[in-house]
Amino acid sequence: MKRLTTGGRINRDTPVTMCFDGRDLPGFEGDTLASALLAAGHKTVGRSFKYHRRRGVYSAGVEEPNAMVTLHEGAFREPNTRATCVEAQDGLVAASQNAWPSIHLDIGAVNNLLSPFFSAGFYYKTFIGPFSGTGFWMWCERFIRRASGMGRAVHLPDPDTYEKVTTTCDVLVIGGGAAGLSAALAAGRKGARVILAEQDTVLGGAILSDPMGGESDFWLKQIELELHTLPNIRILTRASVFGAYDSDTYGMVEHLSGCEGQPRQRYWQIHAPRAVMATGAIERPMVFGNNDLPGVMLAGAVRSYLNRFAVLAGQTALVATNNDSAYATAIDLASAGAGVTVVDTRTEVPQALREQAETAGIRVLRGHAVIAARGRKCVTSALVAPLDQNGEPLQLACDLIAASAGWSPNVHLWSQLYKTPEYRPESACFIPRALFEAHLQPAGLVTAPTEMAQIITDGFARGSEAAGPDGDAGTVPESFDGGPLWSGNFSPVWCAPGVKGKAFVDLQHDVKLSDIDQAHLEGYVSVEHLKRYTTTGMATDQGKLANVNALARMADLQEREIAEAGTTTFRPPFTPVTIGALVGQDHGAHVRPTRRTPIHDWHVAQGAALTEAGLWKRAWYYPQGDEDVGAAYRREAAHVRAHIGLVDVSTLGKIAVQGPDAATFLNRVYTNGWKSLRPGRIRYGVMLREDGIVLDDGATARLGEHEYFMTTTTANAAKILADFERRLQSDWRDLKVHVTSLTDQFAAMALAGPKSRALLQTLCPDVDLSPDALPNNSFVEAIIAEHPVRLHRMSFSGELAYEIYTPSGHGEPVWQAIMTAGAPHRIIAYGTESMGTLRIEKGHVAGPELDGRTTIEDLGLAGLASSKKPFVGSVLRHRPLLQSADRAQLVGLLVEGDEGARGGSLIFAKGAAPEGHGEGWVTSTTYSPALGKYIAMAFVKNGQARLGEEVQIVNLLENQTSSARLISHHFFDPEGERQNG
Amino acid sequence: MIRIHCPICGQRSETEFSYYGDATVKRPDEHDTDPALWVDYVFTRDNPRGWHREYWHHVQGCRQWLVLERNTLTHEVSACHLASEASS
Repeated sequence: MKRLTTGGRINRDTPVTMCFDGRDLPGFEGDTLASALLAAGHKTVGRSFKYHRRRGVYSAGVEEPNAMVTLHEGAFREPNTRATCVEAQDGLVAASQNAWPSIHLDIGAVNNLLSPFFSAGFYYKTFIGPFSGTGFWMWCERFIRRASGMGRAVHLPDPDTYEKVTTTCDVLVIGGGAAGLSAALAAGRKGARVILAEQDTVLGGAILSDPMGGESDFWLKQIELELHTLPNIRILTRASVFGAYDSDTYGMVEHLSGCEGQPRQRYWQIHAPRAVMATGAIERPMVFGNNDLPGVMLAGAVRSYLNRFAVLAGQTALVATNNDSAYATAIDLASAGAGVTVVDTRTEVPQALREQAETAGIRVLRGHAVIAARGRKCVTSALVAPLDQNGEPLQLACDLIAASAGWSPNVHLWSQLYKTPEYRPESACFIPRALFEAHLQPAGLVTAPTEMAQIITDGFARGSEAAGPDGDAGTVPESFDGGPLWSGNFSPVWCAPGVKGKAFVDLQHDVKLSDIDQAHLEGYVSVEHLKRYTTTGMATDQGKLANVNALARMADLQEREIAEAGTTTFRPPFTPVTIGALVGQDHGAHVRPTRRTPIHDWHVAQGAALTEAGLWKRAWYYPQGDEDVGAAYRREAAHVRAHIGLVDVSTLGKIAVQGPDAATFLNRVYTNGWKSLRPGRIRYGVMLREDGIVLDDGATARLGEHEYFMTTTTANAAKILADFERRLQSDWRDLKVHVTSLTDQFAAMALAGPKSRALLQTLCPDVDLSPDALPNNSFVEAIIAEHPVRLHRMSFSGELAYEIYTPSGHGEPVWQAIMTAGAPHRIIAYGTESMGTLRIEKGHVAGPELDGRTTIEDLGLAGLASSKKPFVGSVLRHRPLLQSADRAQLVGLLVEGDEGARGGSLIFAKGAAPEGHGEGWVTSTTYSPALGKYIAMAFVKNGQARLGEEVQIVNLLENQTSSARLISHHFFDPEGERQNG
Repeated sequence: MIRIHCPICGQRSETEFSYYGDATVKRPDEHDTDPALWVDYVFTRDNPRGWHREYWHHVQGCRQWLVLERNTLTHEVSACHLASEASS
């Protein structure tokens, strides 16, 4: 292993120094971490997943199963990156994984000796047998998990930034190799808006593995030059399209590491009505004994390291192949001065290729295959045997085995959309089926062509088609000599008979040939089951290297063709995607929007404790001194009943219902009648769902002949508006009604307490607020400190109270004006906690009671259900179970002791054993300053008939029991004298 | 991600819409009091493999209710009309 003094596509003028496992690692700009490791002679770069076997760099691309490293340190640490995809950068810190204390002396390697115990289905079997259910396996699992696996994730917040982009284009070209470049050129010439996405740092694809300065280089330069002259082509490198989704959507991650001031990664959501998939192919491993020893590599990767990175991976190379493509590797290795032997499983090798090889001084062994690699820490020799088993195996000394068992087209994106690809037996690979209507069309190596010219003409044609009929694509670029392709003369031998030692099908997951055999013996037939049972092709491999070989073995054992055995289908992502990229900026407080009321800033300035109600931030309580919530709500609630208080209720849902049929509409959505409501008046109403369960409640004011102002609960505002819109646009198209959300347009505050009328009168001296002029459930328009307001006289607290509505921009000044004018009356601001106390004391239902299970009868509101008209839910609310006499009914609880009841506690009859679901449950609970006792609302079986009865309240979560007496839930001022006065 | 061609807003992403359900069910006449009819309307649904007519709401857009023809197998959307203009 060494760096050649000349050649390669690296920039020798810009050396970089990285750090690997604590030691300096030199490299050049243009290197990958893997090429720098190879150049520096690092044969072992990691330990394997299960058996802790030594592993070296195996590939030169995204398929890398072995060289998994952890990058960076501290909070920036990123495990399980493929060294073959990491750009060399000055100061980069990388570490090997899954080895302790080091990759050279790894204690975990004892697993290799214990391998008979870690065979296929190991995990599934650990939980059965003599120790089943004893906890023994659970104890063992801790050690097993620690010993196996990959890098460790960091538990610190990610200090990097990420961003998301959504964009559109006419044609998305995925892959910047010969086919993709041709496609982009054709579409670009026709004037289409093109995005060309290449996962590598530069364009070129397989061309980058060709020797410098050849025909292909010239071709690449020409095309690149023209592409850069076309302003309608956007070229993105380091950009990996990882998913193809419904309609026209593609997911892509662009890596920006190292660019100052930029996010680390950018997640692109691309909408492209047409796309060309020029994703190329990944070379398939040969399976033989010890085929995971450092020094065994993919043939194409060896050529990449040689021609692109000027790294000669071995001095004495053995090239094992079953197809023509590896001859390019053999010839380039020989030109670089290595001794090369080709071991070809075929007896027939094309004459020209053989002559070319022999001219280069390469020995070609036909009809032979490698059956085992030998060496302790790395390859030192190989056992080669004739395929017809006619003769003894030869032992050939070598320090590199470059293997090729053919190539697997990267059909992943296509398969994500169109499921199962088609098996092509003559090149033993899966290719996309011909689907003429598909908006994602394959081109290039992914279709397993036999000629270089076909790659270019097909790419060009797909690009031109994708751009549509208009424009002129011009002439197809001339082809170049791209070296031999695999799919022409292919022999489907990927594993010789008589392999010796551990032969790996999946290097990343340590799945051996014998594991596949065992799965077969245990009766696994489906490829999907095989995959999961043996873990073949899982994790970052995602079927890139392991799939076809595993399938081929399975098919062999089943005496079927691979096409019959089938293949697994692929799901996104093609390459791993960091969660950070998908999250982008949407974390912490930015996960969802925050809604603030128009008076929010005042609450904060007053030191209010805030609570969350859906997306809203609401003032929970206003602590005085070191008051906690318990003390504050008691004080606030008592103060309101004694004096006066103001609470922000801007979060209430507000809907304008307008049109000549508005009253009919309300009649349909509410259970009670609305035709009789006069302008200037307000009515409370209950809505049901179609199935007869209570949906929501609220008050609606009739503003004019054809105009109503509805309020809903905070929680249901959006749902109810959408429901109204649906009905008006579908079933109730006959109604001339328009509904508009006013929730954000109006601030609302409730002024409650015996002094509220007196205070309002000082603010609005020209408005007659007397009980005769403005009785409960009516409203009047007024001006407060030059701000327009509407005063709704209605009460949620049970006190004399007014809800004051004003356009949002006037919210804070109106609030301020009331607070200022209220000072002589000892006004306070009160929060949602004491508001809850006041409404419980009064027995009003709210969210905990309207829980989607209760009927209007359960709530004691049956009087609001009209029998004279149909309304939503009017038929199904009569279903027998909803009318059953032993349903739980809303009652009040007077709770003994000084603890109160917890919401959700169960209710049992006095003396009954607390087993099962009980006879009811607690919904809302508070200390009542007005009664001087803890009270609660609850649903109790047949509760209204049991008032006065003693019951137990059982909190099974905290194992607490208290006793309570059932009373009316209208705890305070049941006659309503205070609110109606 | 499904893309929906809203008749008001044009081609938009699925994330702007909310799904409601089967658009082939018809609400009984409100004066009809036969519970069986209403049970059918509220609870009984086909679960077709293939083309399905369904309500979507462009809740983050024009707030129009839409009737889509969507293939439950492929997620292909072949038609999208305003519910207010759809033939019932």
